[in-house]
Amino acid sequence: MGFVTPDYGTIFWMLIIFGIVLFILKKFAWGPILKALKDREHSIADALNSAEKARKEVAGLKAANDQILTEARREKDVILKEARDIKDKIIADAKAQANAEAQKSIEYAKQQIEAEKAAAINDIKKQVAELSVIIAEKVIKKQVENPQDQEALIQDMLKDMKLN
Amino acid sequence: MIRTIRALLLILIVLFTGQVAFAEEEATQTNTTTHSEEFNAGKFVIEHVSDAFEWHILTIGETHISVPLPVILYSSAKGWNIFMSSKFHHGHETYNGFRIEQEGENEGKIVEVNEQGEVIDLPVDLSITKTVVGIIVSVVILLFIFLNIARSAKKNAGKAPSGMQNLFEPIILFVRDDVARPAIGEKRYEKFMPYLLTLFFFILVNNLLGLVPIFPFGANVTGNIAVTMVLALFTFFITTFNTNHHYWKEIYNPEVPWWLKFPIPLMPIVELTGVITKPVVLMVRLFANMLAGHLIVTVFVSLIFIFAKLMGGPAGYGVSVVSILFSVFMVLLDVLVSFIQAYVFTLLSALYFGMAKPEHHH
Repeated sequence: MGFVTPDYGTIFWMLIIFGIVLFILKKFAWGPILKALKDREHSIADALNSAEKARKEVAGLKAANDQILTEARREKDVILKEARDIKDKIIADAKAQANAEAQKSIEYAKQQIEAEKAAAINDIKKQVAELSVIIAEKVIKKQVENPQDQEALIQDMLKDMKLN
Repeated sequence: MIRTIRALLLILIVLFTGQVAFAEEEATQTNTTTHSEEFNAGKFVIEHVSDAFEWHILTIGETHISVPLPVILYSSAKGWNIFMSSKFHHGHETYNGFRIEQEGENEGKIVEVNEQGEVIDLPVDLSITKTVVGIIVSVVILLFIFLNIARSAKKNAGKAPSGMQNLFEPIILFVRDDVARPAIGEKRYEKFMPYLLTLFFFILVNNLLGLVPIFPFGANVTGNIAVTMVLALFTFFITTFNTNHHYWKEIYNPEVPWWLKFPIPLMPIVELTGVITKPVVLMVRLFANMLAGHLIVTVFVSLIFIFAKLMGGPAGYGVSVVSILFSVFMVLLDVLVSFIQAYVFTLLSALYFGMAKPEHHH
C-alpha cells in the first residue's frame, strides 16, 4: 500500500468510527464535562462576587460605625461643654448669692451695732446725768453749808441757764 | 525549525534506506540457495509504518507471530467475502480466488485471480486492517477516558475535580481558552467545542499510542494519509457549512481592483485554491510528521542489523548503543511532536472555523 495514496477502505472505516465517536463524545462526554467546567467557573465567580460584596458591606458598616463614633464624640463634647457652662453658672450664682447674703448679714450687723451703740450712748448719757446729779447733789450739799457760796453758785447757775 | 530538521532527516533516510534496500535485493538474488529470509532494512521500515491485513507482532526464526484481522471484500463476481487474514498465510497463499499482490502496481492490495493465477479484478476492499484496529483501540481508550470523566464531572458537580478529571481538565481548558476562544470568538466557540476536543484528543491519543511498540498499540494511525484525510475533511465540511455571505464574497468577489477579477477571475481562483489548500495542508502536515517520526525510529533500529550484516556481529553491538540512544531521543522528540501536532491541527481547524464567519469590518 502506497503511503501517499489514501486507502478507501481505511477512509470508510475512519469516517464511520470517527463520526460515531464524535457523536457519542459530544452527547455523553463533552456536554457534561464542559457544563461542569462552566458551572464551576460560575460558582467560583459568584463566590468571589459575594465575597467582594460582603467586603464592601463590612467596609460600609465600618464607615457607619466611624460616623456614629465621631457623632457620639461630638455629642459628648457638647454635653461636657454644657455641663461645664452649667457648673460655672451655678458657681457664679452661688457666689453672687453668698455675696448678697453676706452683704445682708453685714448690713444687719451694722444696724445692730448702730442700735447697740445708740443704746449704749443713751445709757451712758443717762448714767452721766445721774452721776452728774449725784455729784451735783454732793457738791451742792457741801457748798450750801456756806450761804455765800450758795448765793454765788446760784448766780453762776443762773448765768449758765441763761446762756442755754 | 524542528520541521525543517525533520524534513532533511527524512530525505537522507529515504535515500539511505533506498540504497540499502537496493543492495539487499542484489544480495538476496545471489543467495537464493539459502532460503532463510535476509534482513531487508527498506522492507522492514516500510512494513512497520504501512497498513497491513494482519498485525505482525514478532518473528522468531521462521515463525511469524501475528494477529489475523478480518478481511472484508466485495467483488461483482463473488459478492461479499468475509474471512480472517490468516487464510492468506502471510500473503503466501491464495484463498477463495483472492490473494495479496506481492509486487507490481497493485503491491499490497488484494486482487481477485482466476484458476490460472491471473489477476482478473480488484475487489472492493473494506477490510479491518491494522490501521482500522489501531483506530478502534484508540477510540475505545478515548471513550473509556472521557465517559469516565463525564461521569465523575456529573458526580462531582460543583466540587473540586478528582482523579482522571483532574488530569484532563487543564487540557480541555487549554483547548477551550487558548485555542477555541481566541480563534473562533466568544460568541460562537461553544458550538465547535465538541468537535475540536474530539479532534484534539483523537490525534493526541493516536500519536502517543503510535509510539508504544506493544500490541495492541503502535499502529501508525495518524501517519496514515487516509486517517488524516478524513480528519481534514471533517474540518473542511464543518467550515463550509458554517459560513456567512462575507466568506463567499471574499472568495468570489473580493475587494480588489476590477482587473484582477475580469476578464480572468484571478483572485477568485486564488481564493478558491486557498479553500482547498487548507484541508490538504492539514492532512499532509499531520501525516508527514507522524510518518517521519515512525520512519526515523525504525531506521535507527534497523541500522543495528545493517551494520551487523555488513561488518559482522560486533559492529552491530557497537552501533546498537548509538542507535538506541538516537531512538530514545527520537521517541522523546515524537512525544513532544505528538502534542504539537495535535495542537496545531486543532488550532488551525479552529482558525478556519473562525474565518468562515468573519465579522464585516472596513
